[in-house]
Amino acid sequence: MARAVSTRKKTFYTIAAWAVGLIIFFPILWIFLTSFKTEAEAISDPPSFLFFDWTTENYGVVQERSNYVRFLWNSVILSLGSTVIGLIVAVPAAWAMAFVPGKRTKDVLMWMLSTKMLPAVGVLYPIVLIARYFGIYDSYLLLITVLMLINLPIIVWMLYTYFKEIPVDILEAARMDGATLRDEIIHVLTPMAIPGIASTLLLNVILAWNEAFWTLNLTTVNAAPLTAFIASYSSPEGLFYAKLSAASTMAIAPILILGWFSQKQLVRGLTFGAVK
Amino acid sequence: MKLKSLLMGATMLACMGPAALAETITIATVNNGDMIRMQGLTDDFTAKTGIDVEWVTLEENVLRQRVTTDISTKGGQFDIMTIGMYETPIWAKNDWLVALNDLPDSYDVNDILPAMRGGLSVDGTLYAAPFYGESSMIMYRTDLMEKAGLTMPDAPTWDFVADAARKMTDKGNEIYGVCLRGKAGWGENMAFLTAMSNSFGARWFDMDWNAQFDSDAWKKTLTFYLDLMNDAGPPGAANNGFNENLALFQQGKCGMWIDATVAASFVTNPKDSTVADKVGFALAPDAGLGKRGNWLWAWALAIPAGTQKEESAKKFIEWATSKDYLALVASKEGWANVPPGSRTSLYENPEYQKVPFAKMTLESINSADPTNPTVDPVPYIGVQFVAIPEFAGIATQVGQEFSAALAGQQTAEQALEKAQALTNEEMEAAGYK
Repeated sequence: MARAVSTRKKTFYTIAAWAVGLIIFFPILWIFLTSFKTEAEAISDPPSFLFFDWTTENYGVVQERSNYVRFLWNSVILSLGSTVIGLIVAVPAAWAMAFVPGKRTKDVLMWMLSTKMLPAVGVLYPIVLIARYFGIYDSYLLLITVLMLINLPIIVWMLYTYFKEIPVDILEAARMDGATLRDEIIHVLTPMAIPGIASTLLLNVILAWNEAFWTLNLTTVNAAPLTAFIASYSSPEGLFYAKLSAASTMAIAPILILGWFSQKQLVRGLTFGAVK
Repeated sequence: MKLKSLLMGATMLACMGPAALAETITIATVNNGDMIRMQGLTDDFTAKTGIDVEWVTLEENVLRQRVTTDISTKGGQFDIMTIGMYETPIWAKNDWLVALNDLPDSYDVNDILPAMRGGLSVDGTLYAAPFYGESSMIMYRTDLMEKAGLTMPDAPTWDFVADAARKMTDKGNEIYGVCLRGKAGWGENMAFLTAMSNSFGARWFDMDWNAQFDSDAWKKTLTFYLDLMNDAGPPGAANNGFNENLALFQQGKCGMWIDATVAASFVTNPKDSTVADKVGFALAPDAGLGKRGNWLWAWALAIPAGTQKEESAKKFIEWATSKDYLALVASKEGWANVPPGSRTSLYENPEYQKVPFAKMTLESINSADPTNPTVDPVPYIGVQFVAIPEFAGIATQVGQEFSAALAGQQTAEQALEKAQALTNEEMEAAGYK
């Protein structure tokens, strides 16, 4: 028998959910609105919400001063590159841990996660020195490697949880029918795990896109992504909030649109393992 | 065979290509108005020298971190970096910077304001060229001052400022007599408070590097500041730094604002400021002890020791900090927008003397003495900072205590006590005592 949910309760939850959503979204909305104000309007008190002279002047200035396309292209390459390479490493790793666990599998998983607990700045100098030694400072190679490594624990963990949900019997049945290990992973496991892999991919593209410590510290010109683009509009002596907002809007727009179209997978990715 | 030689030829051509092209230098900088203008005028430099420029603009704290990492590992990512008066002597002593001791006669290094030159030199050798320099001064609303029945002298005392601030305050109409920095940070509230404390005769350390926050002079400084801000400051002042106060002043909410002289061109610019035609200027206040509460700072261009392109970098610095550059900016954007505080000749120029804040800026800069900042002798260099590597960390912690006191979370005595303890502890750990 289906549980009856009263209309009143439903309305309440809907309103509450929308309210929370709007509160969380408000700063982004505010950045968007500020980007269409003049600098004087941007700091006016009381702030004007919708009724001001909308201007696209800031976008023009930002466009003129910075090579947006170059930063955007770098962001795309770094986030996609690091995620795809991360997946190539993580799929076999997660497969092994999920289907042929050893005595220490749990410990290995915990150990991998523990690397996320080290403050990033603690390994800044070693990584800078390594980069300098190999002459790869400010290159895609360095940034993709570093971003891949810092997100790898999360990728492995996510895939591991998805793979755990796949009944091992199916894989065994495939093996009984004479499938090799390669066939098993490519033709049996992967198709079943596609939703899981897709949400892992999406979440990690977003994480890599937003990563602002390594991308700011290890790039100068050639590999600098959108985080560097935003940072260049912050000013210690001067009020450039409208231009900063325009730059921020341009930097988050692509990933926001991607997120919008892939909400379903994202929600699954973000809440993985939450309800079991 | 033919194909092979063709390929080889093509490869050689490809290799020769970049060498024949212009050299590109990479410059790290911050997003301040004068630097943005400089970026816009780079074409003039490229046309004159054939050297291309790649700009890397970073947030101030990120810039410091990047530049420190790069310079200490000799990473060679930057050919020129924008640094301040605090870093220059410390880094020069570490041999991290290229000495600027062979500038051509046409550059006229003696024209650089003595205070700036002194602050950017070690043992008489210049290590960074000032792009723009600043001190601090009082910017006040002439209309509100008149309404309060007062006349601002050119060189006021703290008592006058406090009295005027209380009289100008009209909280019902959101007008606050004085806006001062309260946001924690060595370059935020501590820049202001350290400079202010000099005028009250306080100092950071005695000649044996003992912290002096337990002195009467510091107690007087902090109590005076807290009382003044509680009576006549804007609400939430503990979160206000330069930009927040600039916004308040431009909105017409501050009677007085004591801050960087460079702000003068912002608050008098009618495009952004609602009070552009009602701003007067005066020297930072004193307490009758012979020292004023103003600081000295320069945003300067320096060449890191790791660069491969020292010659080109020097050419750029010569261009960007030259007299010709000042004239170039004046011809395109007017004299009020010329980077201030770097050269004596600028202040002798009759055209520049017409700029309303020129005289007060120069007098403020000249009245700051980094080697002799306060009443009693000190073992350090620096007006609003102490030029030792440990200072930024210590002063930011002290700044948090003072900011908490302004927010009402603790008393002046408690804040000073904590500041005293933590400073001594850090100095001991660093081996000064």
